Amino acid sequence: MALDSKIPAGKMDEKWGKYKSTCKLVNPANKRQLEIIVVGTGLAGASAAASLGEMGYKVKAFCFQDSPRRAHSIAAQGGINAAKNYQNDGDSTYRLFYDTIKGGDYRAREGNVHRLAEVSTNIIDQCVAQGVPFAREYGGLLSNRSFGGTQVQRTFYAAGQTGQQLLIGAYQALERQVALGNVTMYARHEMLDVVKIDGKARGIIARNLVNGELERHFGHAVLLCTGGYGNVFYLSTNAMGSNVTAAWKAHRKGAFFGNPCFTQIHPTCIPVSGDHQSKLTLMSESLRNDGRIWVPKKQGDNRKPGDIPEEERDYYLERRYPAFGNLVPRDVASRAAKERCDAGYGVGSSKMAVYLDFAAAIERYGKIEANKQGKSNLDKDAVIALGKDVVKEKYGNLFDMYAKITGENPYEVPMRIYPAVHYTMGGLWVDYELMTTVPNLYALGEANFSDHGANRLGASALMQGLADGYFVIPYTLGNNLADDIRTKSIPTDHPAFIAAEKEVSDRINKLMSIKGKESVESFHKRLGKIMWDKCGMGRNAEGLKHAIKEIQQLRKDFWSNVRIPGEVNEFNPELDKAGRVADFLELGELMCIDALDREESCGGHFREEFQTEEGEALRDDEKFMYVSAWEFKGDSQYELHKEELKYEIVHPSARSYK
Amino acid sequence: MQHYNMNLTLKVWRQRSNKVKGHFESFQVKNISSEMSFLEMFDVLNEQLVAEGKDPIAFDHDCREGICGMCSMYINGRAHGPWTQNTTCQLHMREYKDGDTIVVEPWRAESFPVIRDLVVDRSAFDRIIGAGGYVSVNTGNAVDANSLPIEKQKADEAFAAASCIGCGACVAACPNASAMLFVSAKIAHLALLPQGEPERKNRAVNMIQQMDTEGFGSCTNIGACEAECPKGISLENIARLNREYVGAIFSGSNNG
Ligand SMILES: Cc1cc2nc3c(=O)[nH]c(=O)nc-3n(C[C@H](O)[C@H](O)[C@H](O)COP(=O)(O)OP(=O)(O)OC[C@H]3O[C@@H](n4cnc5c(N)ncnc54)[C@H](O)[C@@H]3O)c2cc1C
Ligand code: SF4
Ligand code: FES
Repeated sequence: MALDSKIPAGKMDEKWGKYKSTCKLVNPANKRQLEIIVVGTGLAGASAAASLGEMGYKVKAFCFQDSPRRAHSIAAQGGINAAKNYQNDGDSTYRLFYDTIKGGDYRAREGNVHRLAEVSTNIIDQCVAQGVPFAREYGGLLSNRSFGGTQVQRTFYAAGQTGQQLLIGAYQALERQVALGNVTMYARHEMLDVVKIDGKARGIIARNLVNGELERHFGHAVLLCTGGYGNVFYLSTNAMGSNVTAAWKAHRKGAFFGNPCFTQIHPTCIPVSGDHQSKLTLMSESLRNDGRIWVPKKQGDNRKPGDIPEEERDYYLERRYPAFGNLVPRDVASRAAKERCDAGYGVGSSKMAVYLDFAAAIERYGKIEANKQGKSNLDKDAVIALGKDVVKEKYGNLFDMYAKITGENPYEVPMRIYPAVHYTMGGLWVDYELMTTVPNLYALGEANFSDHGANRLGASALMQGLADGYFVIPYTLGNNLADDIRTKSIPTDHPAFIAAEKEVSDRINKLMSIKGKESVESFHKRLGKIMWDKCGMGRNAEGLKHAIKEIQQLRKDFWSNVRIPGEVNEFNPELDKAGRVADFLELGELMCIDALDREESCGGHFREEFQTEEGEALRDDEKFMYVSAWEFKGDSQYELHKEELKYEIVHPSARSYK
Repeated sequence: MQHYNMNLTLKVWRQRSNKVKGHFESFQVKNISSEMSFLEMFDVLNEQLVAEGKDPIAFDHDCREGICGMCSMYINGRAHGPWTQNTTCQLHMREYKDGDTIVVEPWRAESFPVIRDLVVDRSAFDRIIGAGGYVSVNTGNAVDANSLPIEKQKADEAFAAASCIGCGACVAACPNASAMLFVSAKIAHLALLPQGEPERKNRAVNMIQQMDTEGFGSCTNIGACEAECPKGISLENIARLNREYVGAIFSGSNNG
């Protein structure tokens, strides 16, 4: 099957405009006859469900949490990008487009990314109109900050709770449609399969997590907005429930999986403290605006950070990348931290950490504040007190979170941080219209592979999720469904529904019947360790080959020795989790296969065999300038399809932040 | 920080479903590290129960970062436990010492029926939001975001109210099981912003009506909600809500 990305013809900055004005429309009377299933209520799903409900479609929305407002998007901290150029610092649609393409290490599609940059400004307008309380300046206008990989200030934020405020905005719009009867909400429901009829996605099988019953739901189209799969690594910054199940079921039903190995390891997370650890906590990238990252110049230096004088500190990012300093993109910052720790310069009891230090920022802000208040003769302590207030206003909730978790006061001692799995650029392959290789099955938000290439820039996931849901799918869905208006609702006693439900039910019964000795949690941990060690920040052919064998073995163990307590027909979180881990055990293998195939280093994918003498990633555009789209052909069998990437506007060059 | 390990006794509410009666069950957990979070301690206990062939304790949680509002334990008589402005998931074991006994219950309120063990149904909150907790603006109709400057102080106040995570601790803490703090936070968030202005009156009336329909108790100004709220939502919001409500009733909302 040849992959068609369906990028519209024409000039880059006219493609989307032309698409919008020429795409097919569905008239209001017909919309009422069309049923849409939206799985997921994060930024992508909630914005899509609300918008489609407003337009008159009959929408059913699903999430596994107890309320749509709890989707993992709620945890996003730092901000959302938009090319508003409110700061008049030279930003533009083109610059956001360019930064995203370059940040993605030339592995993203130009057409998609340009559209994303174009609609970015509408997102901010929409959210403000909904009452999202973004940070503002004293003049009453919106405030911005900078994020990694850019030299302009284009990030909009609401303290360290941007995702929360954006999601609440979308959630409220969604609840409004629920109250109006345009959307039916199914919380505590988990989608467990896609139903295909005549080759098209026409519904889902979902499990009611409260009573364990399986349900059949018809839809003319199915939208998967189910988030990323970083939890395949067990430890990540994702919420505990984040999983790949919906995307994986779709993959098994014919949707190609794009670039599964492209994982983002975020440089600033609280380090692992012990074996008991269940998840890792992000310290927002916005902290790198003001925090300076360093390690001691001496190996194994056990002095307290405050006792290490300035000239014995190595601000290694500022040293290696003077142009971007502490604001290099995430993949670069993470690898640099690993390099220092592996070389024996790490800090803290585990020695797998580096310092993120705010002392300089506190002093600088203190002086500015003292000047503002006209107090020129304050002593150092008073200046520092003023500076702490400023830092508190900017990052207070993050500092509090750090203090609660570590028991240390980051206003006094530098934070200890280390990279952790954070985001997955890979996901279901979609075309320009966000449709997967299964007709009428769409993927939005982090669940698709589309816009970030091999590395995502900070504050761009929220932008993409809302772009997909508010501004892209309302057009592209109509363009397809205009040809489907004669399709009547298909009753769910159709043989395809019965067969799909049976498949799901058989699998659940099989899981329950194993009655082995090892817990689901324990299998998940073991998988995570393989993935982190061999398919994490550094990868090589030998390790990946090993990992594939280990995962296959682990999967066998799982299916013969997992222990799931309780019953099928009751509230049973262990059973829910078992299904998710079973899917991770398949995905993990595909990620390793993909990482093995890609014999180059690009973005978050670092193959140790392919690096420059200075340890920078070595891309191979001759051989690998393509999207890897994997087709499921049976257990452990995947066929690679390549979508060649053509760059019309930005000319790929070695990515330098020096 | 000095790390240490501890052994604890846990008394946890068990209830298989809302159709059967619940009871307390006691458990011993050993070698809990002071560095663990409270929920990690529950993970250890659940692993232990699975190993013994028993049913693990069901509890709600997701982000474990204090932001999703899903975790909900009533710990030694306090919603979200002893730390102020804190969620259950952010409580850490250094609060406890060897030999302590900890009693853990679900949120108790008629409007939050128990689903299993420590898990309750909070969907009433979603319906209250659906009754008016929004600005009626369809996608695609917005004007430029900077065309309407908003005084920083007002924007900050709106943000503070909007930081409610919908956890329900305020209801659990209130002897009347009132949802006033939650409702008032949303009303304040939107009333403080010009975008929320046009629907101000209807919003207050409709949300309060829905709150009553859901069976939440009335507010008698006890203040337990504010004390237990993990996000520091202030009682001032309730005062504002009362003003909004009275204003709406007197001027007649166009609610029919
Ligand atoms: C700690 C943290 C901080 C971040 N900060 C930022 C930031 O500052 N800026 C930024 O741009 N990005 C940030 N990100 C990334 C960003 O938050 C996510 O990529 C984005 O929110 C994903 O949104 P989504 O709508 O695609 O999916 P999610 O928000 O993950 O939503 C997934 C939805 O799918 C549902 N679901 C999943 N599977 C099923 C199933 N089988 N059946 C039914 N429902 C299902 C879930 O219930 C949920 O509703 C951050 C990420 C993390 C982890
Ligand atoms: S007001 Fe506070 S306690 Fe009540 S739901 Fe909101 S955050 Fe939770
Ligand atoms: S688990 Fe999300 S707030 Fe506690």
